[in-house]
Amino acid sequence: MSKILPYPLLSLFLLVMWLLLQQSVGLGHILLGALIAILAGRAMAALQPERPRIRKIGKIVELIWLVSLDILRSNIAVARLVIAGKRRDTTSGFLVLPLELRDRSALAVLACIITATPGSAWLEYDAARGSVLIHVLDLVDEQAWVDIIKNTYERLLLEIFQ
Amino acid sequence: MMDIPVWLAIIVGLLSLIGAVLTLLGCLGLARFDSFYERIHAPTLGTSFGSIAVLLASILYFSVSGQRFAAHEIIILIFVSVTTPVTMMLLARAALYRDRAEGNAIVPRSAGDALENAAAGDDIPQPSSPQ
Repeated sequence: MSKILPYPLLSLFLLVMWLLLQQSVGLGHILLGALIAILAGRAMAALQPERPRIRKIGKIVELIWLVSLDILRSNIAVARLVIAGKRRDTTSGFLVLPLELRDRSALAVLACIITATPGSAWLEYDAARGSVLIHVLDLVDEQAWVDIIKNTYERLLLEIFQ
Repeated sequence: MMDIPVWLAIIVGLLSLIGAVLTLLGCLGLARFDSFYERIHAPTLGTSFGSIAVLLASILYFSVSGQRFAAHEIIILIFVSVTTPVTMMLLARAALYRDRAEGNAIVPRSAGDALENAAAGDDIPQPSSPQ
């Protein structure tokens, strides 16, 4: 079983995605989708990634909700900055943040969250020291950014993954 | 063109408009901001809520008018939000590498070094020991 399907969830997701994209549940599409899902699962196994361990699935909903709210808020904030143009009086700057998070999947999720939110971008992670370099467009209150990232996102991701 | 209720048509129209305006503002920001690091923030408007609004409008219209069940949009949203940060991080790291090679002072040398400098004066909490 594990030889053929090393990542059953990934393969299942790929098959469902294939069928959704084809808008059909015909036998031909199921067979072709299953073949692709199995091959992709084996290709993934060749990369030998760490298996992510997800502890609390319920917290994922809370995380998605918080991220959506944050994206909405920062969209408005950055749109205002663009409209203000040269007249804006904000300064952008770099922010270095120490992280307790070590799980690679969790770090990837955090990097995606921070970069997908307008106004902040994940630039570089230093694995030896566990610190991350972030660029923030509107660096008014440095501590506020540290609080948001460490106390909401990192805390939730620690609960979910570790 | 299938018929949908007026109130829904208004919502769909507003959502498409919001998405389009946000994407336009993102492009404007890309042109107007000064440094590279400021510029990478602007296009995220289009790839985050800009695309969410347009895709939501598309889901509402096609689901209610009964042409098809809207699943493509959800897949598009997942892929846009997973792939954009990867591209942006690659670009940003290339810029960091270039700026460090040229010795520009605005860029911190590395995430760890800057932390050690900051720790002397600031009260940023220190990282716990690696597990």
